[in-house]
Amino acid sequence: MNGARVQTEFQFRARLRGLTNGAATFLAVLSTILVILPLVAIFVYLIIKGARSLNLDFFTQIPKPVGEAGGGMANAIVGSVTLLALASLLGVPIGIGGGIYLAEFGRGSRLATAIRFTADVLNGVPSIVMGLAAYALIVTPQGHFSALSGGVALGIMMIPTICRTTEEMLLMVPHAVREAALGLGVPNWRSVLSITVRTASAGIITGCMLAFARVAGETAPLIFTALGNQYWSTSLNEPIAALPLQIYVYALSPYDDWHRLAWAGSLVLIVLIVLAVSLVRYVTSRGVLKGAS
Amino acid sequence: MGVGIEVNNLNAWYGSNHTLQDITLNIPANHATALIGPSGCGKSTFVRCLNRMHETNPIARVTGTVRIGDLDIYEGTTPVEIRRRVGMVFQRPNPFPTMSIYDNVAAGLKLNGYNNRRALDEIVEKSLKNSALWDEVKDELKKKSGASLSGGQQQRLCIARALAVDPEVLLMDEPASALDPVSTSKIEDLIFQLKSQYTIVIVTHNMQQAARVAEKTGFFLNGRMVEFDSTHKIFTNPSDKRTEDYITGRFG
Repeated sequence: MNGARVQTEFQFRARLRGLTNGAATFLAVLSTILVILPLVAIFVYLIIKGARSLNLDFFTQIPKPVGEAGGGMANAIVGSVTLLALASLLGVPIGIGGGIYLAEFGRGSRLATAIRFTADVLNGVPSIVMGLAAYALIVTPQGHFSALSGGVALGIMMIPTICRTTEEMLLMVPHAVREAALGLGVPNWRSVLSITVRTASAGIITGCMLAFARVAGETAPLIFTALGNQYWSTSLNEPIAALPLQIYVYALSPYDDWHRLAWAGSLVLIVLIVLAVSLVRYVTSRGVLKGAS
Repeated sequence: MGVGIEVNNLNAWYGSNHTLQDITLNIPANHATALIGPSGCGKSTFVRCLNRMHETNPIARVTGTVRIGDLDIYEGTTPVEIRRRVGMVFQRPNPFPTMSIYDNVAAGLKLNGYNNRRALDEIVEKSLKNSALWDEVKDELKKKSGASLSGGQQQRLCIARALAVDPEVLLMDEPASALDPVSTSKIEDLIFQLKSQYTIVIVTHNMQQAARVAEKTGFFLNGRMVEFDSTHKIFTNPSDKRTEDYITGRFG
């Protein structure tokens, strides 16, 4: 009798457990969909609105004066690439270098605490303030807007994200791996650069990509620095066009033609970011062996 | 060729914790010497003092002298130089996770700027043969990651990595404690073969292991070395009552 009762109890619990499991799985899948949905929605909407205006002219022509049909954003695409290259040139080495210092050499030191605090504050500074800072530091002394100042503003924005993710990723490298290198008679600096940083490289690259993707769409820091440009310019000393700036100006204009170009520009901007991130991932993953943790 | 190790009045601290007290002993060249004792008795700290790994911990301190061959390792030399001459194998296998098998073995040389490819190929092959891993991995040296090997293979990879820089002394800190019996016996066979060319110091919790591989055995207790003698004497007729209690399983 008793045994049979325990059996029914077990069966009941097993059924309950099955239900709980199903519900939890459902909620997890639902959350995933909710996370992906906005991205998919934006992407689909951009394709619907922007793809029609995409043609060869968009990639080869510079903007036409108001009233003339056609024209493209070739100068803004080149400008964005220039600005992002400048920003990465500044932000990636300083960010990674700072992260290495925080995790490996300055652990526990006052300077490290100060740097960490500064990086966190810098991360929270509104992007338009970054633009103002670059304006005061570069545009005012030089007396004119320039690509350089825009690149610097974006570069400074990249530093805190890269610095802190690099630190976190390096701290995740097991102590045993560091000991192995030191035990072989490898000098500490060499062990840090060739072993610890290499072991953490996948995470560090992800940090750089996050920072890159974030500043790629920034408009505010460029308003007082790169300014934008309706004409061809590749000079670092002249104002330069940028996709986000161009989108901003076109989207606020009263012309339908410009609105369509703004949609196309947004689509191109997102595709460029996705391409850049995928390219870096592909190139860097080829060297890393499968099965590496 | 291995060299002997002469330790005089070695004391070591972690913060205010006096983990090693007045250790004096002579470790013979080209033999295996085992260090036994209960957990926390200082045997790991002792081997870490022999290649100056102890001082990588910022709160650690050490006094006394250690001579390896004719080199006083705490005077007139650098930790980096010492660690090239004194290889170490750790308790848990710790291959470099992002490197291939080949690069793991070559790491010690490559990271010190040694780049002669043909010589590297030879050294990698010789080291892997010496660590009895060559036959198992020779076909995928550069394709497979060191981390994808089994635990026992990883440990032999770590031994190969240590041998590749051609050390005179090989320190092994419980090299088989994380491994299954088959892998353990492979490591022991290896120690048997290697001790004719290297001076081997092995820390172990396994007394049968000490008896099987070592000519000399030291018994550590509470940061002191209680007894150091031939392995045969330690296990059959120890001079000290505490050694006898430990090896007969009365404590520890």
